[in-house]
Amino acid sequence: MNLKAKHFKIAGVLLGATMLATVFSGCGGQKSASDANTIKIGANFELTGNAANYGTSALKGLRLAVKEVNDAGGINGKKIKLEEVDCKSEASESANATTKLITDHVSAVVGPATTGDVLAASPIVAGSKIPLIAPAATSPKVTVGADGKVKPYIFRSCFIDPQQGEVMAKFAIDTLHAKTAVIYVDSSTDYSKSLGKVFKEKFEAAGGKVIDQEAFIQKDQDFQTTLTKIKAVNPDIIFIPAYYEEVGKIVKQAREMGIKCPLLGTDGWDDNKVIAIAGKQALNNTYFSTHYSNKDKDVQGFIKMFKKENNGEAPNVFAALGYDAGKMLIAAIKDAKSSDPQKIRDALEHLKNVKVGTGIISMNKDHNPIKPAVIIEMKDGNKLLKEKIAPKD
Amino acid sequence: MSIMDQFFQQLINGISLGSIYALIALGYTMVYGIMKLINFAHGDIYMVGAYIGFFCITIMHWSVLPALLVSMVLTGILGVLIERLAYRPLRSAPRLSVLITAIGVSFFLEYTMMYFVTPQPRTFPKVLSDAAYHIGPFVVNNQQIMIFAITIILMALLTYIVQYTKVGKAMRAVSFDTETAQLMGINANRIISFTFGIGSALAAAAGVLVGIYYNSIDPLMGIMPGLKAFVAAVLGGIGILPGAAAGGIILGIVEALVSGFISSTFRDAAAFAILILVLLFKPSGLLGKNTNEKV
Repeated sequence: MNLKAKHFKIAGVLLGATMLATVFSGCGGQKSASDANTIKIGANFELTGNAANYGTSALKGLRLAVKEVNDAGGINGKKIKLEEVDCKSEASESANATTKLITDHVSAVVGPATTGDVLAASPIVAGSKIPLIAPAATSPKVTVGADGKVKPYIFRSCFIDPQQGEVMAKFAIDTLHAKTAVIYVDSSTDYSKSLGKVFKEKFEAAGGKVIDQEAFIQKDQDFQTTLTKIKAVNPDIIFIPAYYEEVGKIVKQAREMGIKCPLLGTDGWDDNKVIAIAGKQALNNTYFSTHYSNKDKDVQGFIKMFKKENNGEAPNVFAALGYDAGKMLIAAIKDAKSSDPQKIRDALEHLKNVKVGTGIISMNKDHNPIKPAVIIEMKDGNKLLKEKIAPKD
Repeated sequence: MSIMDQFFQQLINGISLGSIYALIALGYTMVYGIMKLINFAHGDIYMVGAYIGFFCITIMHWSVLPALLVSMVLTGILGVLIERLAYRPLRSAPRLSVLITAIGVSFFLEYTMMYFVTPQPRTFPKVLSDAAYHIGPFVVNNQQIMIFAITIILMALLTYIVQYTKVGKAMRAVSFDTETAQLMGINANRIISFTFGIGSALAAAAGVLVGIYYNSIDPLMGIMPGLKAFVAAVLGGIGILPGAAAGGIILGIVEALVSGFISSTFRDAAAFAILILVLLFKPSGLLGKNTNEKV
């Protein structure tokens, strides 16, 4: 009994001492690390779970941007150190991972990749006044809250969904000379519905006419009934803003039914599964907007570097966007001449003409980069760069 | 295209969709007929069939017919096993317990498959030409014709087995009155196993056809068609074979017309509205007779 109590006491003292030591070393270590010769940046990505493809690619892009600046001697002699955490493609884990980064005293956070995970992380970084750059979340509500006010600490390195609707409407009218269109949306996603809405507004404002609107839901297999209806109204083009799985089936079935007009889409099409499902022939005469094309001469340098760093693996869209986010953050830290989160935030807000992987960008008032969208034409299973369309503002 | 042309084109679409429902519904209705079990795992057996067909075609590089046959045989064996392991021990349990077990088997199949083949959809390679025939303003493609033809062949085969063979006679006897059939020397367990096997093989055929036709399969693909086939079976009169076939085709046509002339988002709603209407106004189904329970 007595012995036991003594044991407890010793254990307690030891435990207390260890904890004190960690607290001190934690504080001291962080201060000296951050101030002396490194700047800590948090990388919160979907490394496991169902968005793991997106998250890991974006992280590889970000790592490349960091390696580049470190190899060149860092920023004012300070090296950037990435603190990598996994948000497991879940909103609640994303919040936990962000909290962990903040207790590690990072100066800024990059990621996660998908809209839902970013939305879960945003209130936490905002509460601690740490800036966050979302590389690939395209929903407008990532940077602008429900009250219409810009969220002060959230930025992104990709364009937003409405821009794609606008770009494709412009492309349909100017390049394809379309006068009539049918919009075929996936009514189970906000992504698809909002793109359909923007496309209709812009297409009709430019003098086109939307003659029919149809909808399907995710997991549908059979589109022939609706396509029969669309074929009967004989539009100049069909706009299908949706994800690759359904898109593949729609394209296949449309061509089998003898619908020959151009089919238009958005970045949801940008996956090789579309080719596997629809077949190369069926995809001829289809066009979609996306963030980046590997045929673009402006991105060849980035592709070469990325391949060198990743054993010859070619970068995808997400890797390019992760790289862009890293470049933006580095530019902001250089402008701020400091690792203070508040100063980095201010610098991010005023970024102008920054050279990133996919071009040269500036930040607009809604914290979205002003950057062109590329339009890809599918030809015999190859993705050709058709056009690059810059937004108006 | 005039409204009339559109109508006929939608009929063609509806019949090809409906023949798939019919194939699945046949298995549903047979199992119900013989052991009064609504086998909610039937849609997932169809999914397993699709995957077996997929692996025969992609890994073994077989053509469609051998893949279809092997998938039917293996899935048939799986059906027999499921019956043996999950349902037979509950033969004398209340009907609700068996129904709940069926739901359990359904989830078991879905998530076991997901573990082995990942939840990502697979794409079938092009094994059949998708040449389309333009007859006047209408389009029919090779695959639609094939689905319809295979459905008809399998239905004819099934009718032959049930009506003209000894096993078929035993099946009818067991479904009519299991106990008396047993007294007459019929091994009811063996007949029930056989029925399960045939029903599962038909579902597998539907799975492979759908995989080839729509070009993509995933572990949860069986849920919706399974429910639709249930509606088709109830519509035609559950337990009645020609009823299931007719119910499937009618359901396919109704869905095609609804999505062609109203909106495709109402398609599933229409299918389940049919279920409710049938249950309200003619619970025995289109081909069913009202029977009075004997006391």
